[in-house]
Amino acid sequence: MLQKEIINELVKIMGKENVITGREDLLCYSYDATPDVPDPLPDVVVTPVNTGQVSQLVQIARQYKVPLYPRGSGTNLSGGTVPLKGGIVLSLLKMAEIMEVDAENLTATVQPGVIIQDLNNAVAPHGLLYPPDPGTVATATMGGSVAECSGGLRGLKYGVTKHYVMGLEVVLADGQVARFGGKTVKNVTALDMVKLFTGSEGTLGIITEIIVRLIPAPEARKTMFATFTNLSDAGNAVISIVKNKVIPATLEIMDQVTIKTVENFSQIGLPTEARAILLIEVDGIPEVVEQEADTVLQVIQNNNGRVQMARDEQERDNLWAARRAALPALAQVKPTTVLEDATVPRSKITEMLLALEEIAEKYNLQIGTFGHAGDGNLHPTILTDERDKEEMERVHAAVKEIFEKALALGGTLSGEHGIGMAKSSFLEWELGAGGVGVLHKIKNALDPEGILNPGKMGFNGGTGHE
Amino acid sequence: MSNRLKSIEHEIIKCMKCGNCQAVCPLYKETRAENAVARGKVQLAAAVLGGKLDYTAELAHRFDLCLTCMACVSNCPCGVRVDRVVLEARAALAEKRGLPLPHRVAAAGLARPALMQMGMKAAGVTQKLLFKRGERGMSPRFPVGLDLKRVLPALAKKDLKEQLPEKNAVQNPVMRVALFAGCVTNYVYPGVGLALVEVLNRHGVEVVFPKEQHCCGAPLLIHGIKDTAKEMAASHVHMFDAAGVDAVVTVCGTCGEAFRHHYPELLSGRAKDAGKALALSGRTYDIAEFLTDIVPLDHTLLGPLDTHFTYHEPCHVGRGLGAAGKAEKLLKAIPRATYSPMQDPGRCCGGAGSFSFEHYKLASQVLDRKLSDISGTGAGVVVTGCGSCRIQLNDGLAQRKMPQRVLHTVEMLAHSITGAREEGNYNGRQ
Repeated sequence: MLQKEIINELVKIMGKENVITGREDLLCYSYDATPDVPDPLPDVVVTPVNTGQVSQLVQIARQYKVPLYPRGSGTNLSGGTVPLKGGIVLSLLKMAEIMEVDAENLTATVQPGVIIQDLNNAVAPHGLLYPPDPGTVATATMGGSVAECSGGLRGLKYGVTKHYVMGLEVVLADGQVARFGGKTVKNVTALDMVKLFTGSEGTLGIITEIIVRLIPAPEARKTMFATFTNLSDAGNAVISIVKNKVIPATLEIMDQVTIKTVENFSQIGLPTEARAILLIEVDGIPEVVEQEADTVLQVIQNNNGRVQMARDEQERDNLWAARRAALPALAQVKPTTVLEDATVPRSKITEMLLALEEIAEKYNLQIGTFGHAGDGNLHPTILTDERDKEEMERVHAAVKEIFEKALALGGTLSGEHGIGMAKSSFLEWELGAGGVGVLHKIKNALDPEGILNPGKMGFNGGTGHE
Repeated sequence: MSNRLKSIEHEIIKCMKCGNCQAVCPLYKETRAENAVARGKVQLAAAVLGGKLDYTAELAHRFDLCLTCMACVSNCPCGVRVDRVVLEARAALAEKRGLPLPHRVAAAGLARPALMQMGMKAAGVTQKLLFKRGERGMSPRFPVGLDLKRVLPALAKKDLKEQLPEKNAVQNPVMRVALFAGCVTNYVYPGVGLALVEVLNRHGVEVVFPKEQHCCGAPLLIHGIKDTAKEMAASHVHMFDAAGVDAVVTVCGTCGEAFRHHYPELLSGRAKDAGKALALSGRTYDIAEFLTDIVPLDHTLLGPLDTHFTYHEPCHVGRGLGAAGKAEKLLKAIPRATYSPMQDPGRCCGGAGSFSFEHYKLASQVLDRKLSDISGTGAGVVVTGCGSCRIQLNDGLAQRKMPQRVLHTVEMLAHSITGAREEGNYNGRQ
């Protein structure tokens, strides 16, 4: 339990209503969306309403050496917001103002608690779009998605969160407020600190204001749905769509386990004998979209795929139904859903999918894989039961092997979920001792007391479930 | 005690903590506190099961904060029946901790039909002492456990049981149904019952109205008073089984859910009642379902109504009974009536039975969004299919000084069929 003194100081800064200490409430901040990680209670949850309060409470945390865990909606999949070592959970949900939509500079300035979808609703009347769209777009906050550098379904064409963050206001571990970047497209003033804090998972500072880049919303789109009876045909189609100079906004894949599970769950008439389904969407200027759709159709046919194209919004909705149902359908099979995001270069998709099938067989696990084939970001989804200790051991071994395989293929541990607690013990595999050493030097320089989100990204002794 | 939560463990462990419920929970939208949203409540239940948390007063308050609107249930990728988790937790808490006094008093009243009948009669007479009549309804004169600002409907001068005969026959009936009216229709909006008889009689359907009927028991169940709810369920199952009708028709989603979902579940352990409860469950319909699927609305009966309306879908009609969109489709058939759909018609109005009485401020915040949506349609009439929503909407409209009137779906249909000009509450044939 925190000293009464500290609680009193926090109350002095933010008022009683923004300092939560009841055990029933603390319990609701002991977890996020990550399965199979510890869920210790924090000592207190605070909900500051402005940057000044954040700065003051960081100073208190530093003075008393109490850990501090910034948190948005708690929808991340890497244990990034779990208060592993007790202390203060800093919920930024009460700083949720869209401060400005600047249609002339194509930027928006927001507080961290704004929900991504709400930002998009606010910029839509200007004909603009904020492209990063993680699966949690309707729930996740801007602060959380910048801190985790979320990806999404449009990554191939539009990139991920870091490609849209132009400026940040950050409260540093000593309570100072710093601003980096801004509204200009060009900015090479000193080191690129905006990129450093984007994806820093709350370990380097508290993000209190964000300037993001917006783009004109695409005018037209075409949606196609292709089935393949051979996995390498699907993989080759993915590669050759891009080779033919078409960059689809969406290029999603579902494997056979996922197809069968979705069909079993929602009976929407999917061909369960298919080895893979691709969902492809091209968008942009109407004339270009027509041309690109033609190219995609041809590529699919050349690779022995059967293809359907949506003629209207209703048909588009139907084609999307299978992809939308993928995670829900898989999640209903077993109580625990371990969703990984190992990522490989696009050209290695087929190899990775085959390896995943082998791993599933080797460890006798149910693994359904779907994901963003276009950017090589797959979501092998292990269906299990946390209460089954023996099976969980096999799950951990399989996860390890998935990472090994992804790295061997020239890929990465995490495409979009982040390292957090869940993957910190594998960091050295990808970065080597030298690379990990650099991370620690940066961490020590910015947070020498180690109060910011300890136990994540391998900092301050957190190793997750391994 | 923990057996209650144990019995629902299969729902609790299904939650993968994704937080998708945050996008749709009306209370979370207002408070943005994790304990308000389904994920938080399911994890609290899990913590109790896991021995990490006790049945504390604070825990009871957390579980009180749920509208049981089921928006989370319909948005849950894992299909967690959060409503069931909340009800079991409330039942466990009620058993363990006992009920707060107002709940005990209210429950005792609802559970004793005769007492309730008498009490409501007395209230009808004494309401002038406690309440002052405004343009739109009654406001409390004293803080009688109600917010002083609150505008409540006056109790009907004559309740439905006094106005409607037991048997409402037609020649050569195509079907015989029993009306289950529910408390709000019986005591506050009896016109809904009269309208239902009018509409169904015109369709050649005979309506019986078992006079011994009382509260459906759902309000008790919702507050965790399961044993009494079970007795009330048994009483209705016997009564409506004995009526020997082809169908039971309800005019409130929650009452409909009681007959269709709660009664079979509550009585599943009683050999002599379980079968009857199941049979009744299979032939219970909300009026919008009945006129869509069983005896389809005869469009030739409909006369023109020069009215501009919008529709609010009650949670327990839309999600609870799975009848979303049915009432809307019926209403759109009315000649000359203009329909302007509101934004998100199925989002909870914040009424939620007694929730709005106990958490007036929070309920009003939820309602505010609904009122803005109503206002955005430009309609003069709000149609809905639930008495509790109607009380809530009427209060909000009065607070905001908005001119709209609220009608039940079946009243609109009755107006159209009888050619009544008046758009107000249905008062029987003009």
